[in-house]
Amino acid sequence: MAKVVDRHKLTWYEELYLPAIASGLKRTFRQMFQPDITLQYPEERPQIYDDYRGAPGLVRDQDGREKCVSCQLCEYICPPKAIVIVPGEAPEGATYDYSHIEKAPREFFIDMLRCIYCGYCEEICPEQAIFMTGEYELNAGSRQELVHDKKRLYEIGGLRPDPIQKWKGKDDRLDAGGFTDLRKRGAGAEEGE
Amino acid sequence: MSDNLLFIIGTNLAKIILFTHLVLIFAAYMPWVERKVSAWMQDRVGPNRVGYAGLLQPIADALKFIFKEDAIPGHVEKVLFVLAPAMTVIPALLILAVIPFAPPVKVLGESVQMVIADLDTGILFVFAISSLSVYGITFAGWASNNKYSLLGGVRSSAQMISYEVCLGLSVVGIFMAAQTLRLTDIVTLQVDGVWNIFTQPIGALVFIVAAFAETNRLPFDLPEAETELVAGYHTEYGSMKFAMFFAGEYAAMFVFSALVAVLFLGGWDVPFMSNATFAALGNWGVVIGMLSFLTKVCAFLFFYVWVRWTIPRFRFDQLMHLGWKVLLPLALVNVVITGLWNLP
Repeated sequence: MAKVVDRHKLTWYEELYLPAIASGLKRTFRQMFQPDITLQYPEERPQIYDDYRGAPGLVRDQDGREKCVSCQLCEYICPPKAIVIVPGEAPEGATYDYSHIEKAPREFFIDMLRCIYCGYCEEICPEQAIFMTGEYELNAGSRQELVHDKKRLYEIGGLRPDPIQKWKGKDDRLDAGGFTDLRKRGAGAEEGE
Repeated sequence: MSDNLLFIIGTNLAKIILFTHLVLIFAAYMPWVERKVSAWMQDRVGPNRVGYAGLLQPIADALKFIFKEDAIPGHVEKVLFVLAPAMTVIPALLILAVIPFAPPVKVLGESVQMVIADLDTGILFVFAISSLSVYGITFAGWASNNKYSLLGGVRSSAQMISYEVCLGLSVVGIFMAAQTLRLTDIVTLQVDGVWNIFTQPIGALVFIVAAFAETNRLPFDLPEAETELVAGYHTEYGSMKFAMFFAGEYAAMFVFSALVAVLFLGGWDVPFMSNATFAALGNWGVVIGMLSFLTKVCAFLFFYVWVRWTIPRFRFDQLMHLGWKVLLPLALVNVVITGLWNLP
């Protein structure tokens, strides 16, 4: 419904303008005694919520395993093409269980000068290996410093416990009743046809 | 008055040094006050990093201005470009010469007026000099060879010439009632009588509005008008030359606040004190009078900032409308009413 604004002719009192100015002055004067809403930044920090989209970082699970399997989906979806992944083989002889993972990133770059903090990488990641963190202070002396490499990305991401750990104990689950068959069939299929 | 030449020179020099420095300190701290008050009115904190509550900010700013490169763009009229900042500061400081700061002080048994020059034609001198300050801004706009600066300069000349008329006419009523142009006499009359703001409310209103226009302050800051003209007449200026415009603006604000205090708010008067009480208190009376005067000046300076954050900028035609069609008739009516009132 259209709202009709009453544009009446100004009365002589309104034409004076002075009462309006006086009420304006009253308003601004009262405003002086309102509490400040300023955040004293370097000393005080804004509250960062869990779903804040700060700098993206890579995470390890509670065993210290890199969760990224370098599938490069994030690199593919990244709208500003900020992500560059150099895929590699999973490291041999690591203390943790890599036996069911073939790939791990050899290098992982995120150019923070390109990143638009859209969070698509976090959304698309099938391994939940990349997360938007609460990190919002990105200062550097050079452009090169703002291209985060793998080391820096793990520093930002840190550890993130994984309640599911879908690869862990897969052998045990397979060996436990009923699955032995499946494993044999799998092996047969590989050899046979 | 003493006949001793050395005495006259000594007291005058002392007054010149005292008053000039007073104004310059006010002009230096006025930006800090302005920033603080602006911040409070916008629920912010304002400068608080340099010194306690940012009190050393003016010194930091001055150092910054001094150490910046004093660049003169290649496309400007060099002579006028260099001359313009000085021409805005000097008139503001010259007006200071006729402003009485306090009741007469007793030095070595002699009575000395607390004015640098106690001219018979005090207020005429003010108008003569304050009209000159428009040249600084107009020259700056012209010499900068830049469309925004030129627009600022043109607006400034139109605005200041229009409001000069109202400014002059608004105080005519005071002279008609006081029958003198000497500012010390006008104050003395108010000390024993009533402040002129009560006897001349229309004159006070017109004078205050015109004073805002004369000092290029909001709502009449059309020559500067950041939102339209980049920075108006001082777009091309940097470092100390810009600081001169800055200082000139704040010095002019101080001077016009002082004029409002002298002409309408009783100068050094304190309510319920007469000339006799001031004289009886001796030199303490001078101190009280000066503090009272400076309090009034500070209050009006605050009013300047207060109005800045209350009333938005006028459009150019509205400005001209207000000046010629509202304030000028009001000032004339004020003259007529005062004339009728004071019929013998």
